[in-house]
Amino acid sequence: MSYLPYAVAAWICLVGIVGVATSKNLIHLAVSLTVTQSSSYVLLLSVGYVRHGVAPIFVGTKLGTTAVDPVVQALTLTDVVVSVAVIGLILALALDAHRLSGTVDPDGLADISG
Amino acid sequence: MSRRIRIAVLGPALLGLGALFAWAIAGLPAFGDYRGPYGYVLNRVVVPLRHTTNVVMGTTFDVRGVDTMGEEFILYAAVLGVMLLLRDETRSRQAERRTRRLPSDAVRLVGGLMVGGGVLVGLWLMAFGYITPGGGFQGGVLFAGGILLLYLVGSHRDYRPFRIVHALDPLESLGAGGYVIIGLAALASGTAFLTDLLGLGTAGTLRSGGSIPLLNWASAIAVSCAMLILFAEFLETYVVPLEPEDAGS
Amino acid sequence: MLAATLVPLQAVAFGLVALGAPLVVLTRDPLRQALVNGIYGVSLVSLFVVLQAPDPALSMLVVSGIGYPLVILAAVARVRGHDREEKGEDR
Repeated sequence: MSYLPYAVAAWICLVGIVGVATSKNLIHLAVSLTVTQSSSYVLLLSVGYVRHGVAPIFVGTKLGTTAVDPVVQALTLTDVVVSVAVIGLILALALDAHRLSGTVDPDGLADISG
Repeated sequence: MSRRIRIAVLGPALLGLGALFAWAIAGLPAFGDYRGPYGYVLNRVVVPLRHTTNVVMGTTFDVRGVDTMGEEFILYAAVLGVMLLLRDETRSRQAERRTRRLPSDAVRLVGGLMVGGGVLVGLWLMAFGYITPGGGFQGGVLFAGGILLLYLVGSHRDYRPFRIVHALDPLESLGAGGYVIIGLAALASGTAFLTDLLGLGTAGTLRSGGSIPLLNWASAIAVSCAMLILFAEFLETYVVPLEPEDAGS
Repeated sequence: MLAATLVPLQAVAFGLVALGAPLVVLTRDPLRQALVNGIYGVSLVSLFVVLQAPDPALSMLVVSGIGYPLVILAAVARVRGHDREEKGEDR
């Protein structure tokens, strides 16, 4: 399974993009976007994985034991939390668009002007 | 762009992107053959130099401290955007006051127990984040979720969940700003931004890691308040089943 | 020993995530999608755990369990509330 993890990340990214492009509902679109985003977490953690490595937390583990990369984990953990606020912002925009145009279909937004 | 054109463009675009992905993956080291030096270096260096047994948190708040500050401001800006978009609408609807249907006793009991659990585990994650897995970011979300549950199962008849939401605004700013102030304090005392000023303490205890606990708590406050504001803005109108006043209970 | 048992677990976790992503995207109704997205979130959590990443796993757990569902459900409820109002129905 030497390249399978990266292939999974690429697959998730493409699947999310298909969801965004074919979406008929802005809320569905926002969730599909988070699927695309989750591919980056899978890729980062796969790249940082060390064979036979343990979690980079040295409680009950001797210092110097081979551990996986903490940098990618730090990147992922903050981004996951921030993504909630970002999807919140996207959904707020969707609600605003719905208020103005009366539809959640992205194709119906063309009528909004000004 | 009409829907049909969009889907027609999508096929070739996906093929192209897929080919690029395949090309990129072929150049990566195989899964498990980690090569970069940073992971190995940090795993050796962070515990002796920063006394945080959770190297991920040591990385988040020290090695990568400035970047985390940026993340916190993304959070802040996103929540600000949600407020600007939704709060205006909420104002205009304040006139129609409706009350919530009261949940059943069983829901209230189970939910009430979960409030305590959520808040407690959230606080624990925040407090011990730099020793065991956890930290201000995860704990903040859980803490906010626990508080929110209090509203969902509570017997308040008023539908507006957080009258205190305006008190949360300055508190969130305090969390995000506190991070910067801790960094600036180091700058003012003549060292580099975010340098530790407190002494490292003993690894594996709460008194360890120098400024990392302070930065951790600042983020915990910022994230908790950001989540509470976010939920409050979304929930303020029409979420839980609403009934007109006269049909209530 | 631990590492040897970990490899099949990782393969299964990657498989579940690869399967979950299209399910989320193909669920067109936002309300159901919120649920499927939660299940996909749990599969991501299990993947993070077997990749030795407890911190991101906790992060994903609270976010897919509390953060996403609340925001999505609230947005769905608001859209439906507006639509109902526009049709002039009084619940």
